[in-house]
Amino acid sequence: MSDDRTVSTFPEGVWTQPAVTVPALEGEPVQRVTIPASMRYDYSPGLTQTRFLRGLEQKKIYGERTPGAEDVYVSHRGVDPVTGVPTTEVVEVGPNATITAFCVVHIGFGVNAPPTPFVSALFLADGAVVSLYGTVGEVEYDKVRIGMRVEPVWVDDDALTTSMENIKYWRPIDEPDVPAEQLKGHM
Amino acid sequence: MAPQRNVAVVSVAQTPHRRAAAGLSETEMIEPAIRQALDQVGATIDDIGFVCSGSSDYLAGQAFSFVMTLDAVGAWPPISESHVEMDGAWALYEAWLKIQSGHCDTALVFGYSKASPGDLPRVLTRQLDPYYYGPLWPDSVALAGLQARAMLDAGAITEAEMAQIAERNRNAAKDNPNAQLQGSPSADELLTAPYVADPLRRHDCAPITDGGVAMIIAADDAARKFSSRPAWIRGIDHRVDSHNLGARDLTRAPSIAIAAQHAGVADGKVDVAELHAPFTHQEKIVRTELGLGDDVLVNPSGGTLSANPVMGAGLIRIAEVANRISAGEADRGVAHATSGQLLQQNLVCVLEGE
Repeated sequence: MSDDRTVSTFPEGVWTQPAVTVPALEGEPVQRVTIPASMRYDYSPGLTQTRFLRGLEQKKIYGERTPGAEDVYVSHRGVDPVTGVPTTEVVEVGPNATITAFCVVHIGFGVNAPPTPFVSALFLADGAVVSLYGTVGEVEYDKVRIGMRVEPVWVDDDALTTSMENIKYWRPIDEPDVPAEQLKGHM
Repeated sequence: MAPQRNVAVVSVAQTPHRRAAAGLSETEMIEPAIRQALDQVGATIDDIGFVCSGSSDYLAGQAFSFVMTLDAVGAWPPISESHVEMDGAWALYEAWLKIQSGHCDTALVFGYSKASPGDLPRVLTRQLDPYYYGPLWPDSVALAGLQARAMLDAGAITEAEMAQIAERNRNAAKDNPNAQLQGSPSADELLTAPYVADPLRRHDCAPITDGGVAMIIAADDAARKFSSRPAWIRGIDHRVDSHNLGARDLTRAPSIAIAAQHAGVADGKVDVAELHAPFTHQEKIVRTELGLGDDVLVNPSGGTLSANPVMGAGLIRIAEVANRISAGEADRGVAHATSGQLLQQNLVCVLEGE
């Protein structure tokens, strides 16, 4: 529809919305109002995520599990999501990992978007049962595969903080792919 | 609405209520209450047919915060689950309907928030309409001040009565180990304090609280299996007043009276009532609209003035009445929950023992 107006910052107006029709009124109709709104939050991540974030500061990836359980969760919230029981045992996982899913991104948006095309992916750190999110680097986007073995590339030591941004991206390592069969339940 | 099935509250558990559970995530904060509610009736999540929670992303400052909290329930294999962006009392209503419709016999309900990450009176302005009120950011205390002023001018309450309500609630909270505020100076002393938002003084306002509550409800035989004295829900109803504050008589909340009528408040003697009134003068409105007599024990827990976890404080009222019935201290009680500004939305629940 030619009357559509662009409502996103995507190139070429990927998202549009039908033009607004306003009933006849005297004078110029109000079609849009801008109402500034902001709220400040002092977010506290909690016990578990604090342990995880402090680990990242040491270039370590910490998962947790309930005592006696096998499954180690990483990027978790203090409970085993299957049983609801608190995870009190800290287990270091990775740093090497396996790609369990990926997506070739052709339209980047947001201030931190890498140059396109880039590959976002889920990374199953060795020893963990759930994957972490990140981007793949140092490899052509059409060479990325499910099952590919990777390692994290960290920011310089003096730039380490308690943040996932400590991992700049993940890059392939010289190990054979993990067969998709073995990734069942993790994809 | 006349219940088709008998549904009862069979287990409740609360977190400690405090100004800030600073070291905990919401999930870590509510998990012990969920666990306790299940454990004290020997249930696991496998015994629960439906899960419903009440919370708000605006309080958490985090998108889909309630999904993360589901980890504390143990949601795998997938469970039947829902959520309301309202007080947990409305989550209870949804769960009650689910049981009435025959879809399940048991439900886990919880309501909670961490109000501490944000500026609560400002966060609550986001409940207002976006064109007329929202852009003005009228905070919840200032709005409550308008309502209190309207009541004082109408002769519906006095500042001394308001102070007495504060004193009574916070002294009652001395028997409530979960309460955030326990004990109060005398009403006379309270009246010497400066105004926060004239005519409201600090004691007229509920505290800002992190905390929550979990509850298990069950139908008929399931309820009897879990509890030797279930607190049966004899009536439950919720209604709304206008969103437009300028169109309301702020000294009244007719939606409470309508909900009370449909829930059957007047159909028997009321031993105990727990009223969700975040400001002292609102307790008077709720009490009047419910038609409670002077012989009714009101807010023996200390009420919302003693612990105010937003999105949990209404469900806590129902939990406190249920506790007293199950303990044999009361035979019939009324719980009221509110949501929105100035008692805009109201739920009334009548509970009874056998």
